[in-house]
Amino acid sequence: MKAKIGVSWSLLHLINRNHPIDKMISLKKIRKAYRTDFTTLEVLKGIDLEIASGEFVSIMGSSGSGKSTLLNVLGLLDDFDSGAYHLNGESMKNLSAKEGAHFRNRLIGFGFQSFNLLSFKTADENVALPLYYQRVDRNERQKKAREYLERVGLLDWADHLPTQLSGGQQQRVAIARALITQPKIILADEPTGALDSKTSDEVMGLFQDVNDEGITVVLVTHENDIAERTKRTILLKDGLIEGDQMHMSTAKLSINV
Amino acid sequence: MFDYDKWQEIFASIQRHKLRTTLTALGVFWGIFMLVLLLGAGNGLRNGVEYEFQDDALNSIWIRRGVTSMEYQGLPEGRPISFDNEDYDLLIDHFDGIEHATGRFYLRGDQLLVYKDKELSFPTRGVHPGHQQVEKSIIIRGRYINQRDLDEYRKVAVIGKEVAASVFGNENPIGKELKIGGIIYTVVGEYYEEGNPNEMRIVYLPISTVQRVYAGTKTLHQLMITTGDMPLEEMKALEKEIKMAMAARHQFALADPRAIWMSNMGVQFQEYQNFFRAIRIFVWFVGIGSIIAGVIGVSNIMLIVVKDRTREIGVRKALGATPRDFIAMIFQEAIVITGLAGCGGLAAGVGVLAIISDLEVQYFRNPEINIWVGLAATLVLILAGALAGLLPARQAARIHPVVAMKAD
Ligand SMILES: Nc1ncnc2c1ncn2[C@@H]1O[C@H](COP(=O)(O)OP(=O)(O)OP(=O)(O)O)[C@@H](O)[C@H]1O
Ligand SMILES: [Mg+2]
Repeated sequence: MKAKIGVSWSLLHLINRNHPIDKMISLKKIRKAYRTDFTTLEVLKGIDLEIASGEFVSIMGSSGSGKSTLLNVLGLLDDFDSGAYHLNGESMKNLSAKEGAHFRNRLIGFGFQSFNLLSFKTADENVALPLYYQRVDRNERQKKAREYLERVGLLDWADHLPTQLSGGQQQRVAIARALITQPKIILADEPTGALDSKTSDEVMGLFQDVNDEGITVVLVTHENDIAERTKRTILLKDGLIEGDQMHMSTAKLSINV
Repeated sequence: MFDYDKWQEIFASIQRHKLRTTLTALGVFWGIFMLVLLLGAGNGLRNGVEYEFQDDALNSIWIRRGVTSMEYQGLPEGRPISFDNEDYDLLIDHFDGIEHATGRFYLRGDQLLVYKDKELSFPTRGVHPGHQQVEKSIIIRGRYINQRDLDEYRKVAVIGKEVAASVFGNENPIGKELKIGGIIYTVVGEYYEEGNPNEMRIVYLPISTVQRVYAGTKTLHQLMITTGDMPLEEMKALEKEIKMAMAARHQFALADPRAIWMSNMGVQFQEYQNFFRAIRIFVWFVGIGSIIAGVIGVSNIMLIVVKDRTREIGVRKALGATPRDFIAMIFQEAIVITGLAGCGGLAAGVGVLAIISDLEVQYFRNPEINIWVGLAATLVLILAGALAGLLPARQAARIHPVVAMKAD
């Protein structure tokens, strides 16, 4: 890990902020362990966390601290062992695969470090894909996909395959794909991890825009300057939240919308 | 409902793995192709044999002359046995259950038929009236040989349809005078027979007339009977009794297999049928075996497809695809592969059968397959395709999105 985080961590901001306006995410004592035949690795050791609607949150922590695991639990991509998780007011405990798929499709948009675009589909087809699982009509899907590609400035690249796009362009396509269902929350695991600083900047600009529209954004990052562009940073250490910091310059924005 | 997107997904997936899919499809293709071919060939063989049986009554027993191959009460082996009218009378008088009986007298070589300026040669035989039932001749004009013809040594002839066509053309042959082997006969009947058309190229005359006019003997060359609706077991018993009576009359050992030749059409036919049943079972066994092999191939390939696409499946799940979406996707792809390959195999099989059905081979005719059997096989194949998708579909449905996305 590189330079230690240059943000002053304040325990005052730890957990349980009283009566958050419109809770988007509420985690209570979330635990998760990875089990193999011989070993059990506890990764999340009782996470309590609340994120209000419209927040712009970054999660930081050293490698192996459980950031991705936490984000996967938040995104219903992975199960948790115990505790309570409410997303947009609904319990996410013991969801069936179908229910999980439904919530992911309707509420959540994803970003990934490696973009996770389907390589054999063009940019607009990739963007349209989530709507396919909403059974949206084909023409409508295509129209919307182009609309969202335009929003990320890639309309001219609609017919290109991911391999024909730069990393930054691919991430923008992925963001367009995440946005097309008009989710309540965007979850992104190191979305700038594979990008240079200039493209990282552009991508963060997009997330900022998204958040400005009121969509909750939670992203995992290793980089201080990325974290500083969010409004709140949560620090994970060994499966527990060690710090929860509002960035003063932008703190007030996180509450309204 | 036609879901364009699903089909596009399927064909895109197939297209991305052309070689693999083609090889798999080939397995299914070959399975159904072989099944159709084998079934068709089996049917062809059966049709061929049934065709040969068609022109004779299945409830008939045929008795032919032979030469003794065993000594009997001081009589040497190598003695020819011959039949005469008394053998016919013996059959008529002493056995229950005989429905019709006939003797047969073969005129040597084909006889020259002369009508107006036409001269043609045809095989000619003297027969009793019961011959009609033994040969299952169907009278299409006039009548068959009757007892009065025999009693009065009439010079009348019953001719086969082919004979009538060759000699009389479009004329009605009934009542016409026809010179047969130099003697004038009146044509009283024309007959038709199922099966081999050569059976309609024969001229039948009253046996008494033939014996008197051409040979001056009471000799018969062959004897035949029909047994009505007698069960096979009784037919076999009757056959044995007749042989015993013949052995006593002509003085040969009952155990002598060559003194007279008896063939029981009913028994023979049943033996053939048993044989074909065995062939059929074999054909289905082999055919279904190769289809199963093909289907397992499809299942296998779909498993590989799922494994290959694990990451993609993970991404799709993250975006909201439900397990059912994948089950449907895998099922449909499996069904499309088996369905297309199966229909191809079916078509190719039927095509090859059509080609070989033009071959003129004895004991092999019309190697067609029942259209319903073909359709049923295709249906079963599509079901098998679904089955082939079962395992991979479950596999795909079970993949956890986060695990899937880590895969490579
Ligand atoms: N599927 C898994 N099975 C077993 N152990 C796992 C699995 N996924 C993660 N781990 C382990 O859990 C711990 C936390 O992993 P996680 O991916 O959440 O860390 P992270 O904070 O995202 O790290 P990084 O910054 O390197 O991405 C690590 O020790 C990791 O090895
Ligand atoms: Mg990680």
